[in-house]
Amino acid sequence: MDYVLQMKNISKTFGEVMALHNVNFEVGTNEIVGLLGDNGAGKSTLVKTITGYHQPDPGGELYWRGQRLGRTSVAGMRKLGVQVVYQERALADKQSLWRNIFMGRELTNRLGVLDVKTMRSETQNLMNEVMGFTSSAITPESTVKHFSGGERQGVAITRALYFQAELIILDEPTMGLSLSETKKTLEFVANIKKQGKAAIFIDHNIFHVYPVVDRIVVVDRGTIAGQFLKSEVTMDELLDRLYRVAQTGSLANGAPANGKE
Amino acid sequence: MSTPVETAQPVADNRANSNRLLQKARPYGLQFGIVFVGILIWFVFALASPLTWRNKEIYGALMSTVPFFGLVALPLTLVVIANEIDLSFPSVMAFGMTMFAIVLNSTGNVLLALAACLLAGTLAGLLNGWIVVKIGIPSLVATIGTSFFWRGVVLVVTNGTGTSLVPIQQTFLYPLLVGRIGIIPMQMVWMVVVAIIVWYFLNRHKFGAHLYLTGDNIDSSRLMGINVDRTKMIAFASVGLAAAFAGLVVSAELLYFWPTLGEGYLLNTLASVFLGGTSVFGGTGTVFGTFVASFIIGSINAGIVAAGLTGFWTQLIYGLIIVGSVSLQTVLSRRLRK
Repeated sequence: MDYVLQMKNISKTFGEVMALHNVNFEVGTNEIVGLLGDNGAGKSTLVKTITGYHQPDPGGELYWRGQRLGRTSVAGMRKLGVQVVYQERALADKQSLWRNIFMGRELTNRLGVLDVKTMRSETQNLMNEVMGFTSSAITPESTVKHFSGGERQGVAITRALYFQAELIILDEPTMGLSLSETKKTLEFVANIKKQGKAAIFIDHNIFHVYPVVDRIVVVDRGTIAGQFLKSEVTMDELLDRLYRVAQTGSLANGAPANGKE
Repeated sequence: MSTPVETAQPVADNRANSNRLLQKARPYGLQFGIVFVGILIWFVFALASPLTWRNKEIYGALMSTVPFFGLVALPLTLVVIANEIDLSFPSVMAFGMTMFAIVLNSTGNVLLALAACLLAGTLAGLLNGWIVVKIGIPSLVATIGTSFFWRGVVLVVTNGTGTSLVPIQQTFLYPLLVGRIGIIPMQMVWMVVVAIIVWYFLNRHKFGAHLYLTGDNIDSSRLMGINVDRTKMIAFASVGLAAAFAGLVVSAELLYFWPTLGEGYLLNTLASVFLGGTSVFGGTGTVFGTFVASFIIGSINAGIVAAGLTGFWTQLIYGLIIVGSVSLQTVLSRRLRK
């Protein structure tokens, strides 16, 4: 299998705290990986290491399409095609829709002068074609403060898609969303697969994760506690095993761990 | 009578306003609010003392004195949009002029002195920014500190004595800074120029886009790869540069540099920024609002005196007008933006 991203022996310590401990993790070029784990298990540290926000401790190795990466940065990883959809806090509330869509990647000429006209019209196109905003109340100039949770998630997801993402990381995208909004978000995740891209889908809710992913990775106390191909476990078995992790902190009891043990 | 078809509107349409004009005006709520407040205050003053406000002298006087703090209020708007504050600019005004006086006295070259003045201001601004973003001290505290520091430097270097600037009256600098074009003083022209430059960078340049985003949601901006530290440093540097320039304009107008230069401008300048609709919480603010608000603030004093109120009443009315107009401006722009 070809991997878009591979992590080997990645550790991350903050002072005395070891947030990640010898993590081996990979994502296939057209694979949707579900990342499960309790609060504080190390999910966000793992994600922030992938996005270049954190540097892993020396000794760990990061590969992008088989190429070893040196020192990483947020800008560098984005250039490679890593896009993150954070929770609601990803948007700047008081700014217009087009400023949020192009946040940090404004279209400019060589002198840094904004191409406002193109950004507005591109935003209008994305609204019609990707986000499905049809109401006349929303224009590219609307501030996102008054958007609903689903609309906001739509903006964040569209922002990620627009910039030629190869690996899209969804950080609890369904949190706080209504049923229909969740359905829309899950449809989008399925859409990533169809477009031949890869994704990491982080969520507490196994019922949201299971239907759309190819593989499920469970993180616990800074390590990979186990992983399952969806084809190998049913939802019930998965729930049973996750319950065991919660009790014992390990999946050791007969977990078919995708040959990683 | 309503049929089910009529009631089945998309939820989002509740926010649609049938009035297209209002919808177009909505993003400019702040600007309309401040203009309304300005006109209202003008009417009140004009009613209180019609003679004063019918005379064009008063407008000439305002155009001559408002830029003294308006020149700083414009870039200070940038710092406040980034959710920071700078209280050190009055001292930086004096520090820039100290460097001007030293270089002028030792070389006699006005151009060199001008460069030294503007460079000193920019460096003082950069120092503020550096302390805030690299050491991580809140800007309120950091700039109170640097304010005392630069004032101290000025007093030590000048030994507390002023410098006459009569020699510059014969150079190109004097008419360039504080000359008159008819009734219009050159400092007014400079304030318009600075306003256009600041407006351009805020609204049409990547720097301004990053500034709004940084002030609105700094974590998200960082995660999206925006260099928030550099953005803030540039904002602080621009205030330092403008403060030094404003200090030079004030001193040129008086043809004398007092080591106490800048004292008394702090509150006027801050009031202009906040009355102009820039949010204390960062992320919003307009150059136009600050520009208009500077003139409102500048005219309050004149208006009170012209209305015949003197002495102890001045401050009381001043405070009332500021609190009243900020409240009015907030309510007006909120209603329009809803």
